Amino acid sequence: MDVLLEPLGHAFFVRALLAAVVVGTVCAVVGTYVVLKGLAFIGDAISHAAFPGIVAAYLLRGPFLLGAAVAAVATALAIGWVGRRSGIRADTVIGVLFAGTFALGVFLFSTIEGYVADLFSFLFGYLLAITVEDLVGLVVLAGIVLAAVGVLWKELLYSTFDPLGAAASGVRVDRLESLFLALVAVTIVISLQAVGIILVVAMLVTPAATAQLLAVRFGSMMGLAIAIGVAASVVGLYLSYWLDAASGATIVLVQTAAFVAALLIGPRTGALARRATTA
Amino acid sequence: MTLPPGRSPDAAETTDHAWSVRPDAHRRADRADRRLPTVDAGVDAGHARAHADVWLSDVSAGYGDRQALEKIDVAVEAGSLLAIVGPNGAGKSTLLKVLAGLLTPWTGRVEVLGHPAGQQARRVAYVPQAELVDWSFPVTAWDVAMMGRYPALGPLRRPTAVDTRAVREALEQVGMSAELGTQIGRLSGGQRRRVFLARALAAQPDLYLLDEPVTGVDATTQEDLMDVLEAEARRGRTVLATTHDLACAAQRFHTVLAVNRTVVAHGASSLVLDPDVLARTYGGHLLVVGGRSVVLDDAHHHDDAHGERHFHEGHETRRAHRRDGARRSGR
Repeated sequence: MDVLLEPLGHAFFVRALLAAVVVGTVCAVVGTYVVLKGLAFIGDAISHAAFPGIVAAYLLRGPFLLGAAVAAVATALAIGWVGRRSGIRADTVIGVLFAGTFALGVFLFSTIEGYVADLFSFLFGYLLAITVEDLVGLVVLAGIVLAAVGVLWKELLYSTFDPLGAAASGVRVDRLESLFLALVAVTIVISLQAVGIILVVAMLVTPAATAQLLAVRFGSMMGLAIAIGVAASVVGLYLSYWLDAASGATIVLVQTAAFVAALLIGPRTGALARRATTA
Repeated sequence: MTLPPGRSPDAAETTDHAWSVRPDAHRRADRADRRLPTVDAGVDAGHARAHADVWLSDVSAGYGDRQALEKIDVAVEAGSLLAIVGPNGAGKSTLLKVLAGLLTPWTGRVEVLGHPAGQQARRVAYVPQAELVDWSFPVTAWDVAMMGRYPALGPLRRPTAVDTRAVREALEQVGMSAELGTQIGRLSGGQRRRVFLARALAAQPDLYLLDEPVTGVDATTQEDLMDVLEAEARRGRTVLATTHDLACAAQRFHTVLAVNRTVVAHGASSLVLDPDVLARTYGGHLLVVGGRSVVLDDAHHHDDAHGERHFHEGHETRRAHRRDGARRSGR
């Protein structure tokens, strides 16, 4: 029991655990749509785009979350806008903006004199250093994202499954698309603190992808994704504590292990599927 | 049985049926006698527009700088069961998208159910081609049919007993009551088309816009689905469906619209078996109609390849609607 209880004696660990659970939940909910829409690459781009926002917030002495959110949402909407306007393929537009915005972040960062200590935490997260204020901001933003999905889950589902059929019957698919990209951006900003820019896409995609290997209905896929996301966050955080390893990376490794396990033994692609076929 | 997601056991069925005309094509040609009067926008435009569920005037449309439709004039009465036929790339799907409000035409005017396209969206059910659907998506037959109810429910409201009943009845009508809980990827090609028609039925629309609803399905499914569509038309709903199956168009639909970028012909469904209409719709190709081979030679029709014929109450009036030869396209 001590293995589980001893870390809870530290206030920083309790804060980290709460943050990890909230992030695991929100990422699973939004990630379910991201996986079904095929937007994993956009998630990666938006997370990198948050970097110049974070640096700008530091330079202007503004709140970190605000800087990251503005940069991420602006890039998310710019991807849609440039794609529609230029007629260039979406993955190309994403590639251009992805690299360009991240380069801007590195450029701004390099102009800060004698300030390099926190680069690592921006890139890989700082779950164990999360403050009470960080946690409050995180819970509020997570609440907003979950409420938005709670109101619009039917419309998001219909427009994800069949955008043409949904639009023809009166669902405002274009507006939903923009709103959804904004939700992805906010979700990524929330998760940056936990796992950092480089690994955030895993939080978004891996639990939902694992759930898709196991579920045949949308509701059960989202429920499983939440369970996997939260469990991986908790297990990963404890492992990182006892192994004295980077918390964000450990969480992502646990998620990846769950995905590989589902792939190898799951009912669709793994050992269980083969047994069912031969039976 | 376990299938990899996104693969159907009968994927091979979904081949191109452009030239398949079954030997019994002539059998039900007499259906044409029971057709509803054809409305032709060119003859009495004001009357046609007032009585039409679908009305297009001088509509041109396309994607980017590629034109798919040119100067389309069509009026379709309420209660019509209309097949839209034409070769690949003729603009059939584009026409449906314009009517569904999914594509804004370059020029011209479009009215659907008495309003500009897209404004009466909740009274319209659109079913896309099967290739556009992600069949590995984690939804069951029931879930897909229930989506037909979502637009009317709007955000916040959850499905009620009324919605549940509408979905159950729709799935019953298409014969899918036994597969309610099956993930769509595990259904056969025919069952998938049945489920999508159930989604349209569940929405209880006034206008059906169906992109190849019977392509790649077995004969039983085709008959079943056409029975359902015929019943809807009898109840006053308007049904527009694209198809590559000319026999089906001739036998099971009341009227036909032959398009190849422009309107080639519009009238009784038996028109689709008229060699002259076929020639100008499909160009010079070999077709098998009613068990006989018919060689359609484009050469005879050079003079009026873009000529437009208006078929009205059995009469045909040939209007020389000639353009210069250089504008002939797609041949």
